[in-house]
Amino acid sequence: MTPLIDVQQVNKAFGGLQVIDNCSIRVEKGSITGMIGPNGAGKSTLFNLMAGALSPDSGRILLEGEDITALSADQRFHKGLLRTFQIAHEFSQMSALENLMMVPPQQAGENLFTAWLKPGLVRREEAEVHRRALEVIDFIGLHHVRNELAGNLSGGQKKLLELGRTMMTNAKIVLLDEIAAGVNRTLLGDLISNIERLNREMGYTFLVIEHDMDMIARLCDPVIVLAQGQVMVEGHIEDIQNNPDVIDAYFGAGAA
Amino acid sequence: MNELVFFINNVVIAGSVTGAIYAIGAIGVTLVFSIMRFAHFAHADIMTFGAFMVLVLTTAFPSVGMSIGVPTALVMLPVAMVITACLAVGIDKAFYKPLRAHGVKPIVMVIASLGVTLILQGMIRLFSGTGGQGLYVDDRKAIFRMLPFENVRVPIVITEPQIYLFAITLVAVIALHLFLSRSRLGKAMRAMSDNPELAQASGINTNTIVAVTWVIAGGLAAIAGTLLSLDVTFKPDLSFFLLLPIFAAAIVGGVGHPFGAVAGGFVVAFAETLAVFNWGVFLRPFRDSLPTWLELPSNLAFVGTEYKIVVPFFILVAILIWRPTGIFKGKVI
Repeated sequence: MTPLIDVQQVNKAFGGLQVIDNCSIRVEKGSITGMIGPNGAGKSTLFNLMAGALSPDSGRILLEGEDITALSADQRFHKGLLRTFQIAHEFSQMSALENLMMVPPQQAGENLFTAWLKPGLVRREEAEVHRRALEVIDFIGLHHVRNELAGNLSGGQKKLLELGRTMMTNAKIVLLDEIAAGVNRTLLGDLISNIERLNREMGYTFLVIEHDMDMIARLCDPVIVLAQGQVMVEGHIEDIQNNPDVIDAYFGAGAA
Repeated sequence: MNELVFFINNVVIAGSVTGAIYAIGAIGVTLVFSIMRFAHFAHADIMTFGAFMVLVLTTAFPSVGMSIGVPTALVMLPVAMVITACLAVGIDKAFYKPLRAHGVKPIVMVIASLGVTLILQGMIRLFSGTGGQGLYVDDRKAIFRMLPFENVRVPIVITEPQIYLFAITLVAVIALHLFLSRSRLGKAMRAMSDNPELAQASGINTNTIVAVTWVIAGGLAAIAGTLLSLDVTFKPDLSFFLLLPIFAAAIVGGVGHPFGAVAGGFVVAFAETLAVFNWGVFLRPFRDSLPTWLELPSNLAFVGTEYKIVVPFFILVAILIWRPTGIFKGKVI
């Protein structure tokens, strides 16, 4: 079966620093794949390359067998490749609900001509988007702050909003960049069960960068370990936790 | 009462006219800044270009407007707006887009826009000559004189282009407001000015937004340049007198804030007109009751008319010291 995401021998250097070094990873359809690695391993850079925020120096990225290396971030979005940001991004001057309503793809209103020629269609779509945004904001438990400016939300709430964004449209794969960081424990439980539900019920595939090992253990299979811009090992979480190379990479050689 | 009419003519009307022109110009500057994050110095020359296009079209077809009773220049304005919008998009494609693709710092873009200023000024001068030319080629400028007060001989004077100016400014500002607050494209623009990275990750095509921004900025620049030239005359160095005030207006209002730019435009314009107004006229009625050794000076203005251009500069300094983010605390649209 073709993997959903297939990163083939990708390289990326910043100045003289080879951040991603001939790295290849695959994410299978329907999986919740975890990605861990020490700081500076290149996890976020790899995400940026996959999402189109950066372009690789060499190598290819395939989505369901289709080469998307040359596509821009917004084009990849419309192909069903969504991402969240490590440091939560929001449209600070819009309400939480408006933030969600910014998302949906293939909107008639974004095309200048349909906006003028088919106002009825645009209005119907807008109503549909509004209804969907209300559902999503209930789902992520932010109903009570829906009219608050997103810039005023707490860090954890912004993270939930990031997850909510990915639910506004039918994604094939969602890249979650440390979605749990800064989210309190109660919210974290909700977050994990939401991710599982999206995976099970809506067929979302997830690629998850996370430092929280409990969350990785509960959620992800398989897990990819990245170190110095390359895949070190890949496999089930228990095998990885006992892998001496991984322990080395995290704690340095000589650590017990 | 003569003095009041004098004040209305020289401050209220003159200030509103200049304010409307500055406001439309400053909206363009502020929109470009909020989307592309650089100060676009060539904006005033794009205004000149728009006016020049109207001049060219009006000279080519001088009698079009007569049949419908509108000045020909105004009939030509929509065409000039389209041409100017295309020019703005073209300039972006040719000069700014390659720089953006390299991810240069904003200051590099600013310097590039200074280069574009020089190119545009040279090109316009090459084709228009250096002198001033009226935009009323075949038709006559209608001037309305009103005598609202009894026993007052001095009329309130308002000209036809000034009336069009107020109407067009009002329509443009309302249309822009509706566009930014209601349409998806306008909301996408606000989103991009707020967080470009997230906008792209939300499927907003940033190239489209940039192009739309130039179309709006170019179209508005053509309006402002043309209305100014209609009110006075077209000159190839119009931009020289516009650049500082419109940047002052954008900053006073809060950069990135379109309605701030409108407010800023009027603040700057009224500051200019009030500074050069001859306040001595208000003392004239009391001339007889003043002691004989006190001779009224013929002109009692804060600054001479020839120094009008420094007024926005003072406002800028004051705003930057006391309220650097502007009246509306601008950052995003």
